[in-house]
Amino acid sequence: MDAPAVKAAPDYSALPLSELDISDPRMFQFDYWHGLFARLREESPVHFQSDSPAGPFWSVSRYEDIVAIECDTETFSSEPAISIIDPEPDMILKMFIAMDPPQHDDQRRAVHHVVAPRNLKEFEALIRRRTVEVLDALPENEPFDWVTLVSRDLTTKMLATLFDYPWDERNNLTEWSDMFTNDERITAGEGLKREVIIEHITACLQRFTELWHERKGDGREAFDLIRMLQADPNTANMVDDPLTYMGNIMLLIVGGNDTTRNSMSGGVVFLNQFPQEMEKVRANPDLIPSMVSEIIRYQTPLPHMRRTATRDTEFRGQRIRQNDKVLLWYVSGNYDAAAIERPNDFWIDRPNVRGHLSFGAGIHRCMGNRLAEMQLRILWEEALRRFKTIELAGEPERTCNLFIRGFTRLPVSVTRF
Amino acid sequence: MTVVTFVQHDGSERMVDGDVGLSLMETALKHDVPGIDADCGGGAICGTCHCFVEVSGDLPAPDSQETAMLGLRPDRAENSRLACQIVLAEGMADIKVRLPEFQM
Repeated sequence: MDAPAVKAAPDYSALPLSELDISDPRMFQFDYWHGLFARLREESPVHFQSDSPAGPFWSVSRYEDIVAIECDTETFSSEPAISIIDPEPDMILKMFIAMDPPQHDDQRRAVHHVVAPRNLKEFEALIRRRTVEVLDALPENEPFDWVTLVSRDLTTKMLATLFDYPWDERNNLTEWSDMFTNDERITAGEGLKREVIIEHITACLQRFTELWHERKGDGREAFDLIRMLQADPNTANMVDDPLTYMGNIMLLIVGGNDTTRNSMSGGVVFLNQFPQEMEKVRANPDLIPSMVSEIIRYQTPLPHMRRTATRDTEFRGQRIRQNDKVLLWYVSGNYDAAAIERPNDFWIDRPNVRGHLSFGAGIHRCMGNRLAEMQLRILWEEALRRFKTIELAGEPERTCNLFIRGFTRLPVSVTRF
Repeated sequence: MTVVTFVQHDGSERMVDGDVGLSLMETALKHDVPGIDADCGGGAICGTCHCFVEVSGDLPAPDSQETAMLGLRPDRAENSRLACQIVLAEGMADIKVRLPEFQM
């Protein structure tokens, strides 16, 4: 495919609906998606696109409709995949995010405890210490890349901490996570071919299998995710089923990586765009938990999830056929004025601030939501405590990926108290 | 008037007067009773108002959506309910619910 040429927002008001391209990840890279989804919500809330690099698909853009489909898991299945790309028949990883009840419920319950708030308390002090180390090492009065030095470094260290992953190898975790979601079919041709992705998945599985066997029965207390899986009778033999073990590891790696990382970056951008909100939280740090929820809404780091129709059905007057792909655009629902008051405002103490769709809705709602919120809360508690100013020092560069809304570079400058 | 008793995980109790038309979740929030997060605001789509009904009169059974959400809870019990789905009605018997150690 050609290198990206579209930098400015196309004039959506002039294009016929049939010419709108909702599969082009450059809408996130160059941040021109607002107008596209505003038009869909208004004129074609359940919208069919007949062609894309990953085939035809439906787009659901209204908050209320997204929730309705999330709740109808019989008609709109999470199998075989939750991204627009179908899984490779020779490597269908078993992850509960891409399963329906009752299998989904059993698998999710089996690993839920690893991110349960009771365990998070064990991690909180450690996560805070790592956060403080990262922030204290930042240069002062000198622009640096917040993505590299804060968001990426911090999420990598947190993942390594959660897995008790060999510290020197920790960058593997982030690199694997990036590769899993970097398919050329959702990155305007810039990403990797499937063969390359499968090689990385295999390498990841090998390393985690080694770690499993090293730890099995070593008698140490189970504070890391691998030992927690080993300690639970429901998951104690998971390693014997590599596709399930890998599926869960991958879900925990990816789920805990791009999402939190990009919300960590987004917060800086939003607080710069809305300085009155920065003043508000400085005056009242008790607003940090609420601000964290608003950052997660405003960023919507996973812009959509996919469902697949299990039968022919009619939804909001549209005929959806069996096996059709249906994309639920959380990023659009989160900016739907019918559900979110003044959606374009970054408003840290808005009413019902937790009522966003960034975690999804219904039975697939993000399992790690409390962990994500805790990481972001600690980051902002510690950042606001030590930095007098946190200012953008250049234009952010955004990720070119249909499945990930985030930042590749964010020039920032800080001053300390 | 229905009296609603919330029992925290540590055993402490709080009794409040219920308003007809409010759910147990809304009742807890109105009286600043901790232990109920209610992320989604009452749609039975987040599961963060999980509670255990200890004492009550007859209650309408959970619908399929509530049942689906309860199915995710590792600590689900026979008397598990979502507090947002129990709405106080005229003449309803007093109700006592216990809150879990944490919502998620």
